[in-house]
Amino acid sequence: MDFNATLIGQTIAMIFFVWFTMKFIWPPIMNAIEARQVAIADGIAAAQRGQTDLENAKAEAAKIIAEARDQARSIIDQANSRASAILEAAKAEAEAEKQRRLEAARAQIDVEINRAREELRGQVAAIAVAGAERILKREIDAAAHRDLLERLAAEL
Amino acid sequence: MADTHGGGHAQTAQDYISHHLQNLQVCRVDGEWVWNQCAGNFWTINVDSMFFSIVLGSLFLWLFHSVAKKATSGPPGKLQTAIEAIVGFVDTAVKDAFHGHNKLIAPLALTIFVWVFLMNFMDLIPVDWLPWAASLAGVDYLKIVPTTDVNVTFAMSLSVFFLIIYYSIKTKGFGGFIGELTLHPLAPPTKGLGLIGAPFVIAFNLILESASLLAKPLSLSLRLFGNMYAGELIFILIALLGFYQLPLHFGWAVFHILIVTLQAFIFMMLTIVYLSQASQQSH
Repeated sequence: MDFNATLIGQTIAMIFFVWFTMKFIWPPIMNAIEARQVAIADGIAAAQRGQTDLENAKAEAAKIIAEARDQARSIIDQANSRASAILEAAKAEAEAEKQRRLEAARAQIDVEINRAREELRGQVAAIAVAGAERILKREIDAAAHRDLLERLAAEL
Repeated sequence: MADTHGGGHAQTAQDYISHHLQNLQVCRVDGEWVWNQCAGNFWTINVDSMFFSIVLGSLFLWLFHSVAKKATSGPPGKLQTAIEAIVGFVDTAVKDAFHGHNKLIAPLALTIFVWVFLMNFMDLIPVDWLPWAASLAGVDYLKIVPTTDVNVTFAMSLSVFFLIIYYSIKTKGFGGFIGELTLHPLAPPTKGLGLIGAPFVIAFNLILESASLLAKPLSLSLRLFGNMYAGELIFILIALLGFYQLPLHFGWAVFHILIVTLQAFIFMMLTIVYLSQASQQSH
């Protein structure tokens, strides 16, 4: 236990060591540690944020898909009903057209019949006039008339 | 083993022990440098203590500074991880014990912890190796564990002591510091007849508080010194045993690893606690 000037030398050495540590060792190492802690905390927060973002996006996507599906279904339904409506309309139109043509044909036939009848009537009148002329020429012969008339009737 | 020392003359066990416990000293007598003839001269330098403590302190500074220079907040290397573990350990200890903001205390604690640890660690080098090498180089005495030198431990504890006084006065003012020494633990009477007794109460408090204040650096340095000195002494005694020293030396060395670390930790922790008390406003 003999104290000597080593005490002073050691104190100076210690002051230097502590000063050096305080100046050049502690701050950079501590800054690095704290910066890393911040970075790690940020990273974890970002990861959690990413996770929730992902979950939100998934939910959003599911919602959009469901909406699209509904829309598609309603579009298909619409299309189906429209198709059947078009079909019905076409059918009705075709039916109407058929009816129209049928009636037109029928009218034409009637016209033809009438015309033929008019013609026939004219011919009958001519034949009657001709028959009358012949009868008048031959004067009245009952037997001959009858015979003639019967032949006329047969001609009709 | 014993005859490898002391310039060739035969040695008893007691010579061997006291030889190992003798510092390499230099002092100036009548304008000349004198080696190892310095008993009683205050202006003596223990060259071995100074040399090993400064080499070990520089090793600490170099190692930590080389990491600090390249410290990255990205993924750290293996060395940086190790250094950061030590720094983080000290930082946690400081934050647990010291409340308040102080730029000095954490670096001080780190320096004390690592420096004392390294100086204690010299104890684990077998006691004859370096003195034997030194004797070959013509150096008669060599004590390689600086913390077995009372000057080294007192230099540290007295530095801490002055920091305690400095922070006490800084936080509480000079009056507050004096008040802390004189007005506790017994409050002196302030009025009436009891006023006559006040000086005695103050004197009592002063003696008590001064003792407790002075006990801090004393216990701090003597604890470290005593542990390391006793440990070193036991290593020396074991080394005297000849061949049988091997298992004993191993056992004591393993146990000593604990003491080396524990004493460094205790010195650091008590420094923090003392400075924390000194920096607190209320008693």
